[in-house]
Amino acid sequence: MSRLLVVASSPHIRSEMDTARIMSWVLIALAPAGLAGVFFLGARSILVAAVCVISCVVVEAVWQKLSKQKITVSDLSAAVTGLLLAYNVPPTIPLWMVVCGSAFAMIIVKHFFGGLGQNIVNPALAGRVMMLICWPVAMTTWTLHGVSGPTPLALLKGVDGISGATALPSLMDVLIGNTGGCIGEISALALLLGGGVLFFKGIISWRIPVTYIATVAAMSAVFGRSGGPLFEIMTGGLMLGAIFMATDYTTSPMTPKGQFIFAFGCGLLTALIRTFGGYPEGVSYSILIMNTIVPIIDRMTAPRIFGEFREAKKYGSK
Amino acid sequence: MFQSLTFRGGVHPPGSKEITANKEIEALHPRGDLVYPMSQHIGAPCVSLVKKGDKVLSGQKIADSEAFVSAPVLSSVSGTVKDIGMRMTIPGSFEPCVIVENDGLFKCGSALSPHEDFHLLEPKECVKIIREAGIVGMGGATFPTHVKLSPPPGKNIRWVIVNGVECEPFLNCDNRLMLERPEPILGGLEICLRLFPEAEGVIAIEANKPEAIERMQKENFGRELPPSGKSIRIMPHEVKYPQGAEKMLIYTVTGREIPPGTLPADVGCLVLNVQTLFHIWMAVIEGIPVMERIVSVTGDAVAKPGNFLVPLGISVRELIDAAGGFTEEPAKLLSGGPMMGLSMRSLDVPVTKGTSGILALTARSAPQLEESNCIRCARCVDACPMGLVPSSLDRAARLRDYVEFEAMGGMNCIECGSCTYRCPARRYLTQTCRNGKAGVTVARKRAEEVKKTAERTGETK
Ligand code: SF4
Ligand code: SF4
Repeated sequence: MSRLLVVASSPHIRSEMDTARIMSWVLIALAPAGLAGVFFLGARSILVAAVCVISCVVVEAVWQKLSKQKITVSDLSAAVTGLLLAYNVPPTIPLWMVVCGSAFAMIIVKHFFGGLGQNIVNPALAGRVMMLICWPVAMTTWTLHGVSGPTPLALLKGVDGISGATALPSLMDVLIGNTGGCIGEISALALLLGGGVLFFKGIISWRIPVTYIATVAAMSAVFGRSGGPLFEIMTGGLMLGAIFMATDYTTSPMTPKGQFIFAFGCGLLTALIRTFGGYPEGVSYSILIMNTIVPIIDRMTAPRIFGEFREAKKYGSK
Repeated sequence: MFQSLTFRGGVHPPGSKEITANKEIEALHPRGDLVYPMSQHIGAPCVSLVKKGDKVLSGQKIADSEAFVSAPVLSSVSGTVKDIGMRMTIPGSFEPCVIVENDGLFKCGSALSPHEDFHLLEPKECVKIIREAGIVGMGGATFPTHVKLSPPPGKNIRWVIVNGVECEPFLNCDNRLMLERPEPILGGLEICLRLFPEAEGVIAIEANKPEAIERMQKENFGRELPPSGKSIRIMPHEVKYPQGAEKMLIYTVTGREIPPGTLPADVGCLVLNVQTLFHIWMAVIEGIPVMERIVSVTGDAVAKPGNFLVPLGISVRELIDAAGGFTEEPAKLLSGGPMMGLSMRSLDVPVTKGTSGILALTARSAPQLEESNCIRCARCVDACPMGLVPSSLDRAARLRDYVEFEAMGGMNCIECGSCTYRCPARRYLTQTCRNGKAGVTVARKRAEEVKKTAERTGETK
């Protein structure tokens, strides 16, 4: 019998949460936003999402097979990237484009940098930005109930500009998602619900989403944007970005202090781009920019080692 | 300062205490030979004082060392020395041991004499008795107690903290001792408090042992005040692993953090396990040295788990038999708890002073998991009670970058296992930290040797 005993280093018990389980919870938390997308933007959203997820998973598997690595699609991280990418494109997008976007995200952004946990920027966001650069028209054609029209933030940009004409959608509409936009970004309510799931399952902390959203709200007020803070935080994919993209483990800081800095940076950049930049939205770019300085943030905010103080602490003899 | 603080980090593994929490301590008589390793403590190993064929009595000293940091080994039975030789011990290595054949008579031969009133003893004498009784940290650390009780001059001990936390899952030996024998624990603490007249006594117990807290409180009520004039405090602690780690415990009791490279005495503290105090009392008052200890035999592969009072040197196999054997083939056999315990390769090894539990776990509860890529989730950072970044230490240790490992504070790792427990990528973080620490130690030694050689050659020139 003794031959069969496993001799290994402690600890001998492990918590239940493993990578695949975390990713499944992210997928579950993403579901409400997807359903809202299907409801308001039409059934083609399902097709786009399915193509994204399948191509990400297949591309990862094929890449790992070809480069003779262990195939790890069962950890579901590729599926999460696929779904997030789908949530960041309009439902009318030609399918071959999303296949290209998925391949770019998986191979160039994720696996060229070493695979899961090693990439510098968020693969889904980088995929989206690549598509935005290659196919700007297809990526910014928004339809709602079969009628095409601008997104709420594009409208706001118009209002704030000289040409200002169309009325903004109501707060109620942007809350539930009755506006034009990308598949997963339109319903703030559904995204908040998903965020709640992740928070209560202990998958993400409140630090990044709350700081990010609060910063955008405060900064838009400071910059005097006419939509008002509530309008700002419920549109332009901010909820999606703050809850699901900026919280990506791999591309966000590991320490609490670092997370605050990172989220504040994202918020500030988003408000700056929206107000002064050439784009109506700014979430993707802000997160991508902040992603690149995460290693520095991590280094600067390393936790204090137990018992170490900046100045030697004297414990008096009495 | 008088409420319990919480320390940063830590984890909440399932307690699994219910399996043996209500099992009364059961005394076990040895059937086979008893094996006494020469090194059952931290410090210099002992040298045998007996020869093959000698008659020994129970409580007789059979091995000792001249070194200060060491503790003698005593026979737990009377009988004949059958052999002196190498035997396998709990860590799986072969160590020099004295093997005694039990005559079953338990003829007493303790060199210690009972003392009715410890107040009549000089503090020095007390410490000497504790040394002769072979007392070491019975919680598993096995640091010789007489050394702890003799801090270097100038260290003002303000707290004597009794560690009754028992934060390792599954184990209940300390819990049961507090429930069944509270008076010798408090008595032992009073002996220690007499050595440090300015110190306050604190008994720390995790809040998941309400009965033990109540029992100790009852026993503590109305006792004579120790020299400091402050009554002994029973302090319930938050249920969180590793609350029982010395550094965390001192912090939650006193609010003081032990700076790296210093000792509890440097922040005015002394931490002793409940079983250690029990033995201090037994040695000083009853004249009985360390011959036995309480061991929880438990785990999901054990048929009839329980808490046993066993003579030191008894084979682990006899403990498993006493617990009804296995219900199914265990995947892992551990000495100690599941978070920090050692995994054993055989049942035919002796129980030593530091064996707090024998756990037999099935593959379901102690799975061997495959590692995957770190996803940078920061769970290990959240879990580390020492404020380290285990994922980075892991990387440095694997790259054998010991300079970086040391620079990131890797030597502060207390090997508590919290990071590995929580890691969703199933990385063996604690293990790589251990390797990293070993690497740094080797590198330091080498640097020292180089320096010495340089000095020597410099002199001859
Ligand atoms: S817990 Fe594991 S996966 Fe998470 S950051 Fe630490 S090492 Fe990486
Ligand atoms: S084993 Fe070391 S690195 Fe891991 S949590 Fe414990 S102290 Fe921190």
